Amino acid sequence: MEETVKVICITCPKGCTLDVTREGETIVKVANGCKRGHEYVRAELTDPRRMVATTVRVRGGIHPLLPIATSAPFPKPRIPELLAEIRKLEIEAPVTMGQVVLSNALGTGIDLIASRDMQSDSAHT
Amino acid sequence: MIKDRYDVVIIGSGPGGLAAAITARQNGAQDVLIIERDLEPGGILLQCIHNGFGVEIFKQDLPGPSYAQRFINEAKSVGVDWLMDTMVLDVTPDRRILAMGKHSGMVEVQAKAVVMAMGCRERTRAQIRLPGARPAGVYTAGTAQRWVNVEGYMPGKQFVILGSGDIGMIMARRLTFEGAKVERVLEIMPYLTGLTRNYVQCLLDNDIPLQLRHTVKRIIGRKRVEAIESVMVDERWQPIPGTEEIIPCDTLLLSVGLIPENELSRKAGVNLDPITGGPFVDDGFQTNVPGIFSAGNVVHVYDLVDWVTEAGRTAGKRAALYAQGKLPPDNKRVQLKAAENVRYVVPHTMNSVSLTEGDVRLQMRVRQPIEEPVWVEVRSGDKLVARKGEPYARPGEMVTMTLTAKHYEDVQHANELTVAVIKR
Ligand SMILES: Cc1cc2nc3c(=O)[nH]c(=O)nc-3n(C[C@H](O)[C@H](O)[C@H](O)COP(=O)(O)OP(=O)(O)OC[C@H]3O[C@@H](n4cnc5c(N)ncnc54)[C@H](O)[C@@H]3O)c2cc1C
Ligand code: SF4
Repeated sequence: MEETVKVICITCPKGCTLDVTREGETIVKVANGCKRGHEYVRAELTDPRRMVATTVRVRGGIHPLLPIATSAPFPKPRIPELLAEIRKLEIEAPVTMGQVVLSNALGTGIDLIASRDMQSDSAHT
Repeated sequence: MIKDRYDVVIIGSGPGGLAAAITARQNGAQDVLIIERDLEPGGILLQCIHNGFGVEIFKQDLPGPSYAQRFINEAKSVGVDWLMDTMVLDVTPDRRILAMGKHSGMVEVQAKAVVMAMGCRERTRAQIRLPGARPAGVYTAGTAQRWVNVEGYMPGKQFVILGSGDIGMIMARRLTFEGAKVERVLEIMPYLTGLTRNYVQCLLDNDIPLQLRHTVKRIIGRKRVEAIESVMVDERWQPIPGTEEIIPCDTLLLSVGLIPENELSRKAGVNLDPITGGPFVDDGFQTNVPGIFSAGNVVHVYDLVDWVTEAGRTAGKRAALYAQGKLPPDNKRVQLKAAENVRYVVPHTMNSVSLTEGDVRLQMRVRQPIEEPVWVEVRSGDKLVARKGEPYARPGEMVTMTLTAKHYEDVQHANELTVAVIKR
């Protein structure tokens, strides 16, 4: 059975709404949008991924939290699981930008990295 | 040690101020001082932990703090003086700066040139006249962003967000990630005011409903917010009776716009444009007060930080040249005026001689969205000076137009240039 779904493309700021006709897992036809948009739809309907940015607790830093982000877009359905994992962590200041806070998160091969330096509290004063 | 005289003093260490400081040093300013009221440099980006910064400048998708840190590191390596945790209280038209801080005490410095880069602040409840009780639990989205992302406090458990701007939508996702429930995002306009990307990634992804043409009619609660009453509005923003709904929540976040922070500019005698809320500037971001420049959100509210950096670079360079007495004389000042479907254009004036030194980028916002191909046109009287096509134009996304050396003759002969964004 063919069905049509609407997908909003976020590849560029234009944000086209594409009409996607599919039969089960196979995409039969994509209306509207450009070539990049059609590629986006394919990825979005088979393996949606997002950059995840959040914070992790840090001990002895000038702030209680360190901002972190994934090194690559992360599988969307597993984001809640990832957030739960991060909540268990606490890291030690000082931290430098780019430092790996959690490597190979949930076995995806994707790392979580520090978005900034975090000086330790004593160095600051 | 802080000196009492500087070539260039920068007020504010956000991306605008940092770019200005670095570029001023690179253009011959001997000494540059940055004064910042916060404990550390970086400005508002430090709390914008999400990705999406730097796509224009670094061709990379960075979190806000990483974007800021690259410029902080660069400013440190080119050598600037820093005065942190210090609030600038006054700037005089002859560029004496009075500042105060817990550790720095009272500081007075004389600058040859000043770059104002104080950013913007958020509209609050008072400015949008929200009726109802005044319980705790009503905050601006940016304040909540700082609590959640930097200080580690959650302002509530169950939220309604008023305004579909980017900060509001980004906070909706952020709060959901931290375990809160976001019941609704309400937007009074008939269209989304933030980016579509944020609508998809922040709201749709997390099943947060958005209601356009809706606003808050009343806040309910004695000590703490207990609910809000929402209502649909008609074309004239009048509530439509019978469409009210009570939405239980403990916190209401306001994401209802930003205002350039220009109290200091006013004291210095800088004239402000009532439309942008920022100073009238020339193509080097110099204000009407000679030697006082401004850059970033203090001039007009930007949606992309990359353009703030670019503006900071321009202002920093011109400020350095001014301080050294090297600014080319004004041979002719041409007015830039907003015409059809353009709300405003920055800069407000330009000097044709600037085009012999480099490009001049006009920045503008349109009045009405046009969801089909448009022309951005610059004219001198009836004569078309420059034109470019864009696939669409929306009020939420700044439109730019670059004038180059090849436009020199036309600009040189013009008294006034008009800028329009029209259907192709
Ligand atoms: C709450 C909020 C959230 C935002 N989120 C996003 C986002 O998600 N994505 C995006 O692209 N853009 C976002 N923006 C826009 C963002 O502000 C700009 O892209 C950019 O950060 C502006 O840079 P700026 O240097 O002009 O100002 P800012 O970064 O605001 O820096 C101004 C600095 O000046 C300092 N200052 C002000 N007054 C004084 C004084 N009297 N004395 C000393 N120091 C002073 C302030 O403390 C601050 O550090 C946001 C803006 C706000 C207000
Ligand atoms: S379909 Fe093409 S034009 Fe439309 S949003 Fe996607 S990338 Fe942009």
